[in-house]
Amino acid sequence: MYTSLAEAIADAEAQQKSLAQCALEIEARDQGRSVDDIRAALHRALEVMRHAIEQGLTGDLRSTSGLVGGDAAKLKHGPAGPLAGTVFREVLMRALAVQEVNAAMGVIVAAPTAGGAGVLPGVLLGLSTKHKLSDEQLVDALATAGLIGAVVAHRASLSGAEGGCQAETGAAAGMAAGAATQMLGGSPKQVGFAVALAQQGTLGLVCDPLGGLVELPCVFRNATGAAIAMAAIEMALAGIEFAIPADEVIDTMGEIGREMDVRYRETAGGGLAATPTGRRLAKERLTQIKRA
Amino acid sequence: MVSILDIIGPVMVGPSSSHTAGACRLGLVARDLVAGTPTKALIELHGSFARTGEGHGTDKAIVGGLLGFRPDDERLRDALVIMEKEGLDWRFEKTTLGDEPEVHPNTVRITVTREHRHHVMIGASLGAGRIKVSQIDGYPVEVDGSHHTIVMVAEDIKGSIARISGILSDNDVNIATLRLTRKHRGGDAFMVIEVDDRPDDAVGAALKALPWVKWTHRIDKVGG
Repeated sequence: MYTSLAEAIADAEAQQKSLAQCALEIEARDQGRSVDDIRAALHRALEVMRHAIEQGLTGDLRSTSGLVGGDAAKLKHGPAGPLAGTVFREVLMRALAVQEVNAAMGVIVAAPTAGGAGVLPGVLLGLSTKHKLSDEQLVDALATAGLIGAVVAHRASLSGAEGGCQAETGAAAGMAAGAATQMLGGSPKQVGFAVALAQQGTLGLVCDPLGGLVELPCVFRNATGAAIAMAAIEMALAGIEFAIPADEVIDTMGEIGREMDVRYRETAGGGLAATPTGRRLAKERLTQIKRA
Repeated sequence: MVSILDIIGPVMVGPSSSHTAGACRLGLVARDLVAGTPTKALIELHGSFARTGEGHGTDKAIVGGLLGFRPDDERLRDALVIMEKEGLDWRFEKTTLGDEPEVHPNTVRITVTREHRHHVMIGASLGAGRIKVSQIDGYPVEVDGSHHTIVMVAEDIKGSIARISGILSDNDVNIATLRLTRKHRGGDAFMVIEVDDRPDDAVGAALKALPWVKWTHRIDKVGG
């Protein structure tokens, strides 16, 4: 797979293809499989995402510890805010829904990781409530998201334990922003700007889950990650260019991750996990898990 | 090489791709080393695995893998209960295996026993469900579970690789990579052979029949 978005964008422009096509062709060559076979696997992933959203929006799920769950349904049925009736709210509720399913040990698609699994389906399937999008377009978007994630994996990291939450919901926001920009008609260059714009907004984001559980703030950080992706999509499609290339923003994320203190890398030693309330809740809930 | 389907995937039971899906895959590899459900297992968790493992379900996921459950199997949720019901003598300990960056924060050492088979492996969950097994029985290896893999210990004799690759090609198994390590010259050689097609039991039997092969196991593809 590509190790640089600049290279992928150059290929797409030279060959007059979408980034999805370029990514699928290289994937087929790398893996010795047909493009159709890979598309079929992505289609299955799409179905799992849809199912998780449906489950999460029922509002019936609670996480293993009971710390999170039921909030996606509040966005669906709850009182109106400034985003009521907008596609933005559809995106947010779906990002929450998938992450609530994840926290409840339900079945999700790690994209790129389980902790950041809500952002991509939230953005893509939330947008599909307003825009008429075929499954083929959604599968293309997943391929582009996969390409972006592969570049991040190569240049930086996709692990909260290595790079903090910027490597999980941050990477997911970059993937979702790039994928959706392509899906809504953006050029390969605009996809690059969308990735850079989303990723710059999550630089430095720490991984600080209460008690080490992928619950709080993870569920909400998927919603805010999706919101950052939406801002990036809007800016990129409006023709806004970000001066630092996506590859360099991703490199920066990797560098910040390597310098990040271990307390902020999924160990529950710092951040929200180390607040008085965070510590108290974690203690209560972990005791409860052990009893169960 | 990172694949799109590693990134958009795996389809898995939550909550953490490194602590749950990756951990499950490490358990599956350890299970394959003893070719079935171990009667005894010691699971030593290092770093982030040790600190946050319980909340992420790492314990359930490794146990689930040792029981043969895949990362998308909803039985992972109840793996510890299933282990107890089966009366399995498996223990968890927290340990420190070294410092970063030599030792990844999500590392586990698993010691497994079944019948006459007894093995120790060290492996890490790298994120996004990807794994790397870095040591088997003290030999440095690199197994990522993205291929079907044959691991074997053989006396370090001339022509051994030619014989082995002959057996594989006779059985229509294509080699993707082959790595050989040994603790010293003339000592036993540890071979890790990644192959494109799942070798059937006849391949294992033919390899075991070679007089200089001490043991060999097949590790099934667990991801990628």
